[in-house]
Amino acid sequence: MEHYISLAIKAIFVENMALAFFLGMCTFLAISKKIEAAIGLGIAVVVVLTVTVPVNNLLYNGILREGALAWAGLPNVDLSFLGLLTYIGVIAAIVQIMEMVLDKYIPSLYAALGVFLPLITVNCAIMGASLFMVERDYTFGESIVYGFGAGLGWALAIVALAGIREKLKYSDVPEGLRGLGITFITVGLMSLGFMSFSGISL
Amino acid sequence: MADTSAKQVLFEPIFNNNPIGLQILGICSALAVTTSLNVTIVMCLSVTAVTAFSSLAVSLVRTQIPASIRIIVQMTIIASLVIVVDQLLKAYAYEISKQLSVFVGLIITNCIVMGRAEGFAMKNGPVLSFLDGIGNGLGYSAMLLFVAFFRELLGAGSLFGFSLLPTVNEGGWYVPNGLLLLPPSAFFIIGLAIWGLRSWKPEQVEAPEYKLSRHKAKEAF
Repeated sequence: MEHYISLAIKAIFVENMALAFFLGMCTFLAISKKIEAAIGLGIAVVVVLTVTVPVNNLLYNGILREGALAWAGLPNVDLSFLGLLTYIGVIAAIVQIMEMVLDKYIPSLYAALGVFLPLITVNCAIMGASLFMVERDYTFGESIVYGFGAGLGWALAIVALAGIREKLKYSDVPEGLRGLGITFITVGLMSLGFMSFSGISL
Repeated sequence: MADTSAKQVLFEPIFNNNPIGLQILGICSALAVTTSLNVTIVMCLSVTAVTAFSSLAVSLVRTQIPASIRIIVQMTIIASLVIVVDQLLKAYAYEISKQLSVFVGLIITNCIVMGRAEGFAMKNGPVLSFLDGIGNGLGYSAMLLFVAFFRELLGAGSLFGFSLLPTVNEGGWYVPNGLLLLPPSAFFIIGLAIWGLRSWKPEQVEAPEYKLSRHKAKEAF
C-alpha cells in the first residue's frame, strides 16, 4: 500500500506532467484563461488517464511485449514496434466511447466537458503517460495509480495557472509580452516552484 | 488560399506565422529536448520530416476521407510515419534516441503535425501541403535551435558538445549557470523570444483584454 501512495505522490508533485515534463502544454496554455474551463478539462484528463494507462498496460503486457504471444504458439514475436500506433488508437477509441457514454447517461457532465473531450485525444500528457508506463515497466496495479496521479497533477497545474491568469489580465504588461509571452514566464515561475518537490525521495 | 505562392507557404511560418510563437502549437516537445544542440537537431529533423510527409499523405487522400473519421485517419498516417522515424533512430542513432526517450513517440501528438494536416493539407494540393509541412517544421526548428543554443552555451559552456567557454570544473573561468539546464529556463527563454519577435513584428501583439484608464485625479504631492 505504501508503495502505491508514494508512487501517486511522485506522479502528482515530483514528476508533474505539465511542469516537470512539459506534457500537454498546448492545451495547458490555450485553455487556461478561465478557472471553470480549466477545472472541466482537468477532470476530463484525470478520467481519461485513469482508464487509458491501465488498458494500454494490459495490451502491452498481453500482446505487444516480446514473448507475450507465447500462449498463441508464437514465443519469438516482438510486436513492440506497433506500440505507438496501438496506444494512440486506444486513446482515440476510449475518448470516443466515453463521449458517447457520457452523452447517454450523464448529459450534465457531457455538457460541462463538451468541447474538451475530443481535444484530449491530441493531448500529449495522455500519450506521454502511456509511454512512461511502458518505459518504466509498471505492473497493472501501479499503472492505475500512476494514471490517476499523473492526471491529478496535470489538473492541479492547469487550475493553478488559470487562477494566476485570471488575475494577470488586469495588470499592465509590456506590449510584446502580452498574452502568450507573459504566460510562458508565469509557467516558468510555477515550474520553478514545483522543482522544490524534486528534493523529496520516496 | 488558392493563389498562395510556394515561396510564401514555405517561408511564412518561420518568422511571420511561427508555429510556436504565434499559433501556440507543438510546445510540449519544444521544451524538453532543448538541453543540448545535438539532440535538438535530431528532434527538429524528425518533426520536419514527419510534418512534411504526413501533410503530403493527408493531402493525397483528402478527397477520399469521410469527414466523420478524418481524425482517426490522420492519426494513423502520422503514427505510422513516427514509427518509421523511431525505428530509424533506434537503428542508426541509438544514443540520441535513448536521450529523446518518449519524445519521439510524442511527435504523434505534437499539435504542429496534426494542426497542419487538419488546417492546411485537408484543403490544399499535395505539393503545397508538402512545402507547408517543411515550412512549419523549419519554423519549429528555428525556435528550438534558438532555445537550445542559449541553454547549452550558458548552461554547460559548450555548443554541439564542444567546450567553448571552459568551465570552472575543467580548470577554466566560466561558472556554468545550472538553472539553464533545468526545465523552468526553457519557459523563460521562449517567453523572452516571443517578446523579442513581437517587438520586431508589432502586428503579432495580442490585443489587451482590459485597458488601464488614465489617472483622473491629480495625486497629492
